Amino acid sequence: MQAIARTEVEDFLFAEAELLDEWRLPEWLELFTDDAIYYVPATDLAVDASPDNNLFYVADDRFRLSERVKRLMKRTAHAEFPHSRTRHLVSNVRIRKQIGDDLEVSSAFITYRTKDGVTDTYFGSNRYRLVPGNGTFRIKEKRCLLDSEGLRAQGRVSIIL
Amino acid sequence: MNAFQRMNTALMIDETRKIFKVSRQAFVDPDILAAERAQIFDKCWLYLGHGSELAKPGDFVTRMVGGRSILFARDAKGALKAMLNTCPHRGAQVCREKHGNAKSFQCFYHGWVFGLDGTLRSQPGESSYAEDFKERSTSNMQQVPRFESYRDLNFICFDKGVESLSDYLGPVKDYLDVICDQAETGMTIVGGTQEYSMRANWKLLTENSIDGYHALTTHATYLDYLKSATGALAQVAFEGSARDLGKGHAVLEYKAPWGRPVAQWIPSWGEEGKRELSRLYDGLLKRFGKERADRIATFNRNLFIFPNLVINDIMAVTVRTYYPAAPDFMNISAWALAPKEETEWARKYRLFNFLEFLGPGGFATPDDVEALEQCQRGFRNSAEAQWNDISKGMGKENPSYDDELQMRAFWSNWNEHVFRVPA
Repeated sequence: MQAIARTEVEDFLFAEAELLDEWRLPEWLELFTDDAIYYVPATDLAVDASPDNNLFYVADDRFRLSERVKRLMKRTAHAEFPHSRTRHLVSNVRIRKQIGDDLEVSSAFITYRTKDGVTDTYFGSNRYRLVPGNGTFRIKEKRCLLDSEGLRAQGRVSIIL
Repeated sequence: MNAFQRMNTALMIDETRKIFKVSRQAFVDPDILAAERAQIFDKCWLYLGHGSELAKPGDFVTRMVGGRSILFARDAKGALKAMLNTCPHRGAQVCREKHGNAKSFQCFYHGWVFGLDGTLRSQPGESSYAEDFKERSTSNMQQVPRFESYRDLNFICFDKGVESLSDYLGPVKDYLDVICDQAETGMTIVGGTQEYSMRANWKLLTENSIDGYHALTTHATYLDYLKSATGALAQVAFEGSARDLGKGHAVLEYKAPWGRPVAQWIPSWGEEGKRELSRLYDGLLKRFGKERADRIATFNRNLFIFPNLVINDIMAVTVRTYYPAAPDFMNISAWALAPKEETEWARKYRLFNFLEFLGPGGFATPDDVEALEQCQRGFRNSAEAQWNDISKGMGKENPSYDDELQMRAFWSNWNEHVFRVPA
């Protein structure tokens, strides 16, 4: 297998961020494999903690992730209706290691969410497991590790980080 | 004289005409918040933490309770201690970590060292102090004025003369028993704390936590989700009652269609889940007989303990407490409580269940946050639009879980505290 350049991974992550910021969530969901997971752990846990025996903020399997997307596209998802405006900034992208064909990738993120005159900032690192194929990638795991102590003052992760 | 001093009540009540209104000033006025601090948070029993959070001698957590910085620790003999986290010397916070295990606590400012129970052990330059300095109780870290527990739930109070926790809780204890009896070996806090905030008055969360009326509209997408997830619903209708437990405490007890890890089975949990849940139910049956076993297993409880503790025994068990930072801002801490002896299967499904509904990343809580923040925004009109209405179900002999009796119980007690004439 040919070595994958960091720039290819970056292009993919930047495109992912754009889909989120443009609220193209059904398309964003297509980036994920059928067995994908999306995690946002509580901030007082070890980085590799399991949601099977620890309290997270978000621990979605692929089905619940698709339901999350479905929910967020509804008018009755009150926290995000009207939609907030967001900007996902992705930086410090690194390919950590190759596991079989998969890549373990990390990035730093800052995401701004603004609504009703209030702007909240989410920041931390993302750990991805990416599956290369057809000149692009699919996401098998996305784990968002918030650097903040809890969610004060953001109050919620009603958007996707 | 400020507006608050001119008031002697925030409530407008007329039982015969079924009127129960709350002044919106109670949600926006800084003088009300000052009165709440003095008359409620300085006087009532407040939740500190669960004994399971400090499993071993030397385990500690630090947290804010009622505006104070508290160090909660298990000493070498295994006894729980609740201390004011401030150095008796010059006031610095002694422990600066959120949780951990320690042999002693050292204030880094001048190097004073305290035992796990707060007793001064040594200080640099000891020979320059009075000979009996270490024997003086004033040289130790101060214990909170009152510290008592019920079923491993630990409470503190800053009023030395307060009634016992047991008397304060009264009939609440029966409900705590029902919740804790689902475990044979005791309940435990699961790792991970949800710490979040809302740009809303703290009393809005009290109302919301015991509000059975908002589910169908605020949580429409959550109910959609349960319907679309194959087998996520049991053939059980929403049905139940509300009870005023005195002293501002209240409870809803009701049946609901979601799965309960102790113990209401839903098809998506499969045969493995069915076996596990019937094993758990049989255990309850043996220990408590059918009536109580059914109550523990199939009824949900939203239990409110005045002034700011919510224990919801629903699709999982959550313990939630919250404090005002300003009239329009509160900080919330929430934990998951579970039977210690629970199997891996049950723990996993409990937590999966928890996150579906609860917490700032769930399918329901973010919409509660939105609702409460929208209320606070609406209160900008409180000079003209002055009153909230919580009259639903007044005069009913058996108020339903989706009536507002429990809110009236809270507000009546709140009003008594806040407008109490100082003795």
